Amino acid sequence: MDSNNNNFTVVDAPEGISGSGFFATRMDKAIGLARLNSLWPLPFATSCCGIEFMATMAPHYDMSRFGMERLSFSPRQSDLLMVMGTIAKKMGPILQEVYIQMAEPRWVIAVGACAASGGIFDTYSVLQGIDRVIPVDVYVPGCPPRPEQIINGILKIQELVHNESGRRRYSSEYKELLAKYGIE
Amino acid sequence: MFIINQEILNLTSEKLRNRFGEAILTEEIEMDMPVYVVKKEIIVDLLRLLYDDETLRYRFLTTLCGIHYPESDQPFGVIYHLHSLENNQRIRIKTFTTLEDIAIPSVTAVFAGANWMEREAFDFYGIIFTGHPNLKRILNVDEMDYFPMRKEYPLEDGTREDKNDDFFGR
Amino acid sequence: MKEDIRKNIDPEDVAGSEVHEFVTLNVGPTHPATHGVFQNVMTMDGEYIVDTVQTIGYIHRAFEKIAERRAYYQILPLTDRLNYCSSALNNTGYLMAVEKLLDLEIPKRVQYMRVIIMELARIADHNVCNSVIGVDTGALTVFTYMFQDREKIYEIWEQICGSRLTTSIGRIGGFERNWNEKAWSLLRTFMKEYPPRLKEFETLLSRNRIFLDRTVDVGAISAEKALNYGFTGPNLRAAGVDYDVRIAAPYCSYEDFEFIIPVGTTGDTHDRFMVRQEEMWQSMSIINQAIAKLDAMDDKETFNANNDAFVMPAKEKVYNDMESLIYHFKQVMGEIDPPKGEIYHAVEAANGELGFYIVSDGGRSPYRLHFRRPCFIYYQGYPDMIKGNLLSDAIITLSSMNVIAGELDA
Repeated sequence: MDSNNNNFTVVDAPEGISGSGFFATRMDKAIGLARLNSLWPLPFATSCCGIEFMATMAPHYDMSRFGMERLSFSPRQSDLLMVMGTIAKKMGPILQEVYIQMAEPRWVIAVGACAASGGIFDTYSVLQGIDRVIPVDVYVPGCPPRPEQIINGILKIQELVHNESGRRRYSSEYKELLAKYGIE
Repeated sequence: MFIINQEILNLTSEKLRNRFGEAILTEEIEMDMPVYVVKKEIIVDLLRLLYDDETLRYRFLTTLCGIHYPESDQPFGVIYHLHSLENNQRIRIKTFTTLEDIAIPSVTAVFAGANWMEREAFDFYGIIFTGHPNLKRILNVDEMDYFPMRKEYPLEDGTREDKNDDFFGR
Repeated sequence: MKEDIRKNIDPEDVAGSEVHEFVTLNVGPTHPATHGVFQNVMTMDGEYIVDTVQTIGYIHRAFEKIAERRAYYQILPLTDRLNYCSSALNNTGYLMAVEKLLDLEIPKRVQYMRVIIMELARIADHNVCNSVIGVDTGALTVFTYMFQDREKIYEIWEQICGSRLTTSIGRIGGFERNWNEKAWSLLRTFMKEYPPRLKEFETLLSRNRIFLDRTVDVGAISAEKALNYGFTGPNLRAAGVDYDVRIAAPYCSYEDFEFIIPVGTTGDTHDRFMVRQEEMWQSMSIINQAIAKLDAMDDKETFNANNDAFVMPAKEKVYNDMESLIYHFKQVMGEIDPPKGEIYHAVEAANGELGFYIVSDGGRSPYRLHFRRPCFIYYQGYPDMIKGNLLSDAIITLSSMNVIAGELDA
């Protein structure tokens, strides 16, 4: 097939041993590479940061360049829970339910000051940070963060996904982490 | 500034005084808004009168909110803003009540829109609206056992342990 | 048409005699189609909705309580987060309410500048609302195209106040600095480039057979019911009542502008869509008139009211003049002296009459600040609008009402 378009970048292969007809590498490196470029996010958008998320998905800042083309609103089918916006105490249990329904491996990114720490709302009705109910991997500060910042957060998540050890989700530290939040 | 339609305003005051007399406690103009302070028992009849009257036609309830003046002898108040679209005249009606008898008749029979507004006032101040079809909390969690907008309660969550009050000057 | 389908179903024909068994469906707080966190527990008869119970408050941030603690200028960032799709409208509305309390006179140039940013906010909000109606009927592409124009408006706001979405634009008395050349050139470019794109969007949807089938006679409400519920804004105007705060109680020199108020007939989703569409055209006409008026003015320097007691004085004055120094200090500390009293001020926000009821006891923060939030009031009418309709129609009705969760719960 004659292709005129040779200007595309291919991802670097992981370190490995290659020979005639084979290439051997660590399995979690290969899986990490496959996962990081095809994360399926679950946009849990509650307030203003949700509109900046819409701007990040829009063509100008295009998040699908990073593999996040397919948004999944079903927790069972998604990898990355993006919590964007203020989470009130009324919403906290629902957020925990959504997190529990997600299948492993799952990552959480807290976008915005309200999700990270309660933001400017130090009141009786706002949860002071979602890390009171679910474990968080990356925090993106800002009120609301610019789309470039959200993309920066996503790149950090991709770094975490790339370098995650294959046994992490079965380790005792992870189980302890979940137990701290009351999640079995 | 809202322009006061003096003729409609005079007619309003006259009709209210004729029908309710002593129950209209005060009547004044606060900047550009006529304000009536009335006794709470007559509030439904008052709004019904203003609604049904063919000249006055106060058929739009702009908003309804609660207020708390702890030092007053009638601390809890409900404030209604009415608007007559045809005459382009707005009025403000206030009623007050005490903590022991914190019930005010509900106006949902006159204005369907007062339903949630009264639930919000109940949620924030604990004012019971008698005759309301569904008086329960609307914005806060259902299990909350105090009424947060009352002046004696603080803004922050009292159960936090991780905030060091020394850093916040408290 | 739906009545015909229902009449032709023979109850004996379908799965025995237990046809009318009601199912409870939770269209829960996290739902892709609800564009916000509110819950509807719907009782359904097959695909038809019998009744719904609404729960809100999932993003209650206690604005009214926070406002009792903060100085007047510190409440400005809170008002951003009410209807966050059009923050500039909320900001300007709040600032005008405070200026009414303080009895501040605002120069004409500042008023025209405020009109420009308010109408830009209205265009931005209706832009998103209409393209989201498109998304919910299945036309996903229009959203990606129309959001680009929202980015252009973000760039204009960025030049004026530094922020894209939650603008906190303006200060008590005007703006914090004069608009720079870049802002003006971006604004003029936007006014030239947006009309053809809006026309393209309109022609894609407004006479589209599929869109008409999905939106005509869906979620209709009569004018009497709408008024009784307290509807305002495009939802009320679609039902046939021509109530617009800009005409009824003009503020910020709106009486100097010529524009019409589009009014619908039946109050269904199609009318709401068309009313918002026409309002966008009218807003553009207002902005063009404002730009022309500002160009014709000789004064190109005023950007706030000249009252040092409530408006930050210029730095040269602060360093040289004792009173200005004292006023500067007092304002930064928030210790301005408002008069005692109460006021109510309303603006025509993107969703309707956004009102601010401020009770002041002379202190640094309001004694009571109540927001009259249009979304909170008209969302009560939702169950009435969807009874007997299909579930997919209920979703479109919800998105055409433009319910923004931040304004719902405050």
